[in-house]
Amino acid sequence: MSLWRQLTRGLHVLTHRSAADEDLADEVQHYLDEATAEHIARGVSPDAARRAARLEMGGVVQVKEEVRGFGWEHAIDTSLADLRYAARRLRATPGFTAITVLTLALGIGATTAIFSALNPILFAPLPYPESSRIVSLLEFRGDGAQSDGTFAMYRQFLQRARSFDAVAVFKPWRPAMTGADQPERFDGQRVTPDYFRVLGVAPIGGRDFVPADDRFRGPNVVILSDALWRRRFNADRAVVGREITLDDNLYTVIGVMPGGFENVLEPSAEIWAPLQYDPSLPANGREWGHHLKTIARLGSGAGIDRATGEIGTIGRALLDQTHPDTYARNTQFAAVPLQDEITRGVKPALLAILGAVALVLVIACVNVTNLLLARGVHRRGEFALRAALGAGRGRLARQLLTESLLLAMLGGVAGIAVATVGVRALVALSPPGLPRAGAIRVDAAMFAFGLGMTTLIGLAFGVIPALQAARNDPHQDLQHSSPRAAGGHGRTRGTLVVAEVALALVLLVTSGLLLRSLERLFAVPMGFESSQLLTMQVQETGHRFDRDDARYRFFARAVEAVRQVPGVTAAAFTSQLPLSGDRDEYGALFEPAPARPGGRYPVFRYEVTPGYTEAMGIPLLRGRSLDERDDAGAPLAALVSESVVKGWFHGADPIGQRLRIGGSPDAPPYTIVGVVGDVKQRSLALTQADAVYHTALQGRWVDSVMSLVVRTRGDAAALAPAVREAIWSVDKDQPVVRIATMDELLAATAAERRFALIIFETFALAALVLAAAGLYGVLAGSVAERTREIGVRAALGASRANILALVVGQGMTLTGLGVAIGLAGAAAASQAIRTMLFGVSRLDPVTYAGVIVLLAGVSAIACSVPAWRAARVDPASTLRAE
Amino acid sequence: MDEPTTDLIQGTLDMLILKTLSLQPMHGFGIARRIEQISRDVFKVNPGSLLTALERLHRAGWVDAEWRHTENSRRARFYTLTRKGRKQLDAETADWTRRVSAIARLLKAEE
Repeated sequence: MSLWRQLTRGLHVLTHRSAADEDLADEVQHYLDEATAEHIARGVSPDAARRAARLEMGGVVQVKEEVRGFGWEHAIDTSLADLRYAARRLRATPGFTAITVLTLALGIGATTAIFSALNPILFAPLPYPESSRIVSLLEFRGDGAQSDGTFAMYRQFLQRARSFDAVAVFKPWRPAMTGADQPERFDGQRVTPDYFRVLGVAPIGGRDFVPADDRFRGPNVVILSDALWRRRFNADRAVVGREITLDDNLYTVIGVMPGGFENVLEPSAEIWAPLQYDPSLPANGREWGHHLKTIARLGSGAGIDRATGEIGTIGRALLDQTHPDTYARNTQFAAVPLQDEITRGVKPALLAILGAVALVLVIACVNVTNLLLARGVHRRGEFALRAALGAGRGRLARQLLTESLLLAMLGGVAGIAVATVGVRALVALSPPGLPRAGAIRVDAAMFAFGLGMTTLIGLAFGVIPALQAARNDPHQDLQHSSPRAAGGHGRTRGTLVVAEVALALVLLVTSGLLLRSLERLFAVPMGFESSQLLTMQVQETGHRFDRDDARYRFFARAVEAVRQVPGVTAAAFTSQLPLSGDRDEYGALFEPAPARPGGRYPVFRYEVTPGYTEAMGIPLLRGRSLDERDDAGAPLAALVSESVVKGWFHGADPIGQRLRIGGSPDAPPYTIVGVVGDVKQRSLALTQADAVYHTALQGRWVDSVMSLVVRTRGDAAALAPAVREAIWSVDKDQPVVRIATMDELLAATAAERRFALIIFETFALAALVLAAAGLYGVLAGSVAERTREIGVRAALGASRANILALVVGQGMTLTGLGVAIGLAGAAAASQAIRTMLFGVSRLDPVTYAGVIVLLAGVSAIACSVPAWRAARVDPASTLRAE
Repeated sequence: MDEPTTDLIQGTLDMLILKTLSLQPMHGFGIARRIEQISRDVFKVNPGSLLTALERLHRAGWVDAEWRHTENSRRARFYTLTRKGRKQLDAETADWTRRVSAIARLLKAEE
């Protein structure tokens, strides 16, 4: 009851402050009147009575203050007064306020942006129920490399493993939908029936896949994503049960996934169909090759270690039957959490970025602390005066804390603005391989993080000047505030500047190393001419392409049509395109020859149309190239890359040697007719280049998806529409996708490095500016404090050069110390980005030297203004001011 | 003012106010005068302390307060003892009596 009264009464006073004040005034006045009246009643004159009454009361104001001091609302009133005062102080020094708020905004904004970008990738659980139970089942070859799973292995796991509630495999599927204005190709997946059950998500409309859907020659059924359902079917619920045409076949739509479903395994997939493999095929057939990904949901009570042990036993038992001499010996199996598996590739880069942003935040805090300390020094006189007038130390400390918190709040608000922009920029810049990029958004967690950070920083940097103010002896400070005393408060601030320089150096060195890596990477010869080269993928769809000759005829006519487009100088098709993410590896089986025993050797297989190497600009080093004569009836001819000559033939002439592709000793052999230069297939950073080229007509089959390369005279991108029209002039139903210039593909291969580099460069630049600002602040403060000392020195005969040297020397000493500490830090930090470096040592002397020169230069500039100011101190006027 | 005035004993002001109000509702000045008169001017009541104490008692729910208009059209705040306040007064009075008699016994024993 009384607590309630406390609350309501206090609130009432707060919200009706003037009415409450009036009540109090009336009560006090009434008291006074009564007292006066009593005196008058005793016979005193009215004037004297009033005087006596006031005397008794002891001051109306004091009484009011005493009463007002009661109650919790009073504390709020004082805080508000503190806040008003703090706001006034901040307005009075707009420069300081702006720099501090900006520094904080940068620090908080960058941290919050990075945190909210990395949170869904690294920390937040995957968007599925009990997502920690979802695992990837992995297979590792003897050399430690990971290989995809096989259908045979999946069936063994499905039938025999007890650790899982559900197991599924999947592979990409790209069906085309024809009949509309332009043919559209969808990204999709072929999956086994438990795919969505492993993830723990079910369609909202219709039904999920059941085992009966997934049998050889089973029904054509598909499940649509919410996005596809809305885009192509106008969100029509009646679509479930309807038939749609994909690749000339009718498929029945059986379900639609919920809108919130995020498919982390293949984010672009919009359509799913059952895998429908034939389990009666031999376990080493084509469809049973290593091309599937396997996922599973752990059953309750099954640990990840037990699951790993179980699939290992099952897997080796199968391999002992099928491949007793090869795979069975050294294949390893492991169940790993799905989250670890999908973030494995990007984790080092992201953690390094997290580290970098932490450094930026530390630098921002150091800078702000520095600014507040500098301000504290200037305001010592003010605080001393207030202490002398009776302000308690707690009261002073509270005032300072209020100011700090207000600054931190302003910085926090500005920081959240920075973060919002930053998150957008991060998403726009993010490399294509970044998992869960679609889940990155400015969210509540981020706001909480930003706000918490702000408050913590406010308390942390508010405490230092507050403690100083509380500790100080006002008498001494009043003296100090006079400009006569030479100051010696710079040590703390000097230390902070050293720390800032050191941290900035760490960031500069890491971004320098990343920059040099990227330079080195792009200096790597890719083996072909990347400029003025347009690429696109063409897919044949429909039953009219069921036969190899029909398939080939379309590609041949398409390439002829493309060659007629004005501006095109050469064009050809290839089954796999360098640097596009394509990866088609086969075992080449070389025949024994006098120079070499026979054997198996992994190569990239390029099935091309004649003129491919010429269109790409891949140099012919020996023998002849492939041309129109290498058709279906001619002897099988192949080109090999130079690396095969070195790696397999040890430099001996390979022309005339024979090889089989695909590893089967029964396949017809190809004769090597020429040698071409090495080409980077997977990425610039990987040296793997062994390759075999043959014409599409001489392959065992003609692929239905080929990439077109077009050499152009002018701007490659500008020709894209004309080239596409030329293909559609042959057959208007064939989807043309993945249109990109080779330069774009090249940039995309380094997207992750570039992403990290841009972030590091931004942070390093911010750190450099903050460190320079900090250094400038310290020196400017020091010069201002030492004006008198400098004046005396000048009067005693110190030249301008001497004084310049004095100030610059002070600044450069701080920089030097920071650099020395920073070097050790950078050497340690570069360890963390080791995996992102290419062709450059983490202790690369050029980078380190360059960064030191840059820091020294910027420091010199930061020193020059205060030094110049010091040199212009006029001894006469300084001394006269005494 | 024959006898010298004394400050109130710490913590007794609340009890004295409650006791005074137990006779009849009163405004602040009335309470102060009554305490001074009955104590024969031994105790001098500080107006600041008195008004603060009244606010405290009000929030504790021991007294009620209401504004009344006086004859010269001024507002005066009158305080009334509540039932809870009466209980509190009884408790404080009992406690005080106990203390005083204890102190009295101690002082006697020393003689």
